[in-house]
Amino acid sequence: MSDPMGFLLWVKGPAFDWALAIFALGMFARLVEIFMLGRQVNYAEPKGSEWGPGFKTVFTRTFADPGTFARSPFDVVLGWIWHIGFLVALLLFIPHIELFKSVLGLSWPGLPNPVVDAITAITVLGLLLALWHRLSSPVKRFISTPQDYLVWAVTFLPVLTGYLAYHRLINPYPLALGLHILTVEVFLVVFPFTKLTHVFTAFIARWYNGAIFGRKGIES
Amino acid sequence: MAERKTLNESLRERGVSRRGFLKFCTVTASLMALPPSMAPAIAAALERARRPSVIWLSFQECTGCTESLTRSFSPTVEDLILDVISLDYHHTLQAAAGHQAEAAREQAMKDNHGEYILIVDGSLPGPDMNPGYSTIAGISNYQMLMEGVAGAKAVVAVGTCAAFGGLPAAGPNPTGAVAVMDLVKDKPVINVSGCPPIPEVITGVLAHYLVFGTPPELDEYNRPKVFFGQSIHDRCYRRPFYDKGLFAETFDDEGARKGWCLYRLGCKGPSTYNACATMRWNSGTSWPVESGHPCLGCSEPRFWDAGGFYEPLSTPLIAEGPTVAVAGFAGAVAGGALAAMAKKATAAAVAQRQPVKVEELEQSLEGQP
Repeated sequence: MSDPMGFLLWVKGPAFDWALAIFALGMFARLVEIFMLGRQVNYAEPKGSEWGPGFKTVFTRTFADPGTFARSPFDVVLGWIWHIGFLVALLLFIPHIELFKSVLGLSWPGLPNPVVDAITAITVLGLLLALWHRLSSPVKRFISTPQDYLVWAVTFLPVLTGYLAYHRLINPYPLALGLHILTVEVFLVVFPFTKLTHVFTAFIARWYNGAIFGRKGIES
Repeated sequence: MAERKTLNESLRERGVSRRGFLKFCTVTASLMALPPSMAPAIAAALERARRPSVIWLSFQECTGCTESLTRSFSPTVEDLILDVISLDYHHTLQAAAGHQAEAAREQAMKDNHGEYILIVDGSLPGPDMNPGYSTIAGISNYQMLMEGVAGAKAVVAVGTCAAFGGLPAAGPNPTGAVAVMDLVKDKPVINVSGCPPIPEVITGVLAHYLVFGTPPELDEYNRPKVFFGQSIHDRCYRRPFYDKGLFAETFDDEGARKGWCLYRLGCKGPSTYNACATMRWNSGTSWPVESGHPCLGCSEPRFWDAGGFYEPLSTPLIAEGPTVAVAGFAGAVAGGALAAMAKKATAAAVAQRQPVKVEELEQSLEGQP
């Protein structure tokens, strides 16, 4: 821990194990909690299938309805931009794919680094704009909780430190890489206990919405 | 000893031509990334320079650094450096042995007190460790280093063992090995890391010291920036393949034959700072990555412990069973606690629920704006 390389070895070793285990089991506990809530028994005659509309809604809710877009185009567009940027940087940067391969045994093709680099830069700017909007819009600021700022920070820091490490703007490099990995570990630890769980629960919620509509015979 | 002679005089004695000498100065200038116009200045400085006394201490090491030094790629460079300096003690290269050798060291330390350059290769057992792990002529490494440092003008740690502890300090570090800079705090320590360092880097650092009389500009690890300023990755001729996403997956696949990037085979180039990619080895013949092998990261601290040589840099170290189990338990407890809190909050909300009819609500709101 005393030197940058020792720090890197610590974040790549024990700290990574801890973060991954807390993430995996924490998320498992949260999902069990959600599924154990269950659904109330519905004695009414079903007017349609649950499965088709359920799955359909999982996909259709990806796109904002025209009303939402008309009311807050900035949030919709910016949300799209940085979510896609974040996913591209996370899933299509080749060193990240090597990480997934070593942990999950799964691998897929990546994008050339300059492409990922440009998308990461856009993501950093997008997240900064998102924070600026949250702070400058009175309504958004009023409804923001401390957790919202925490989640923003733990999402922003891995992207920022990854960008800084790639461009070697922090020296020596083991410190840069170590800080990047550490921020990801903080993200993983915070993940199961905050609204970051939407990565999983958004799809569950959409399915329930669509399934309820389907059962009632309403267009989902 | 001939340390009172200038370099110019000693070169003339050895029959080195003016032309040969200037050639050496030009090579030195380019090695140190100085403009060619600096070559005459280097020549002038070296000609005036008194041959400084150099004492070379070898501790817990494999002599690979000395082997590397003697293979300095232009023989004239090596010859000149060995003549430019007065190498008064180096127990591998000197003719004297036993008590004579130690007497030479003590004499040089006495005669050149405050002026000599102390070169160290190899790590040494820390001051609290059993000194018997490594001794020379019955003197512990720690004592010999501290005696040497007391009268030294500058200390140069050659090789990763001296600079960072290297192999002897690798886990579980049975001898409690430490690096020179862990012990020497009151003198400038220049680290010339590498396992071994590139010969021209060793000679280049000495030449810089002779020409300018000061250590070269150093990085965070006290390494000269002229040689350790850029990563292997940034100067690698295979870098375009990394950027394009073309990788060798095994040592005998199509990618390996086509010379694609070795990142997936464990190359530590991105985290390693050294001059291999630009100066290369063995008279500029080749270097590890060019010969098809990933960089091991030998010039970085703790490279022996930094994960498998053939595991990609971005992969985590192998998870330890107990750590994962304990962490998993902590995660489950945290998750369970939050779940219980959520259940309790729900139950409380249900208990405190106050049903209201629409008519009642309308009545209660009447009269309000």
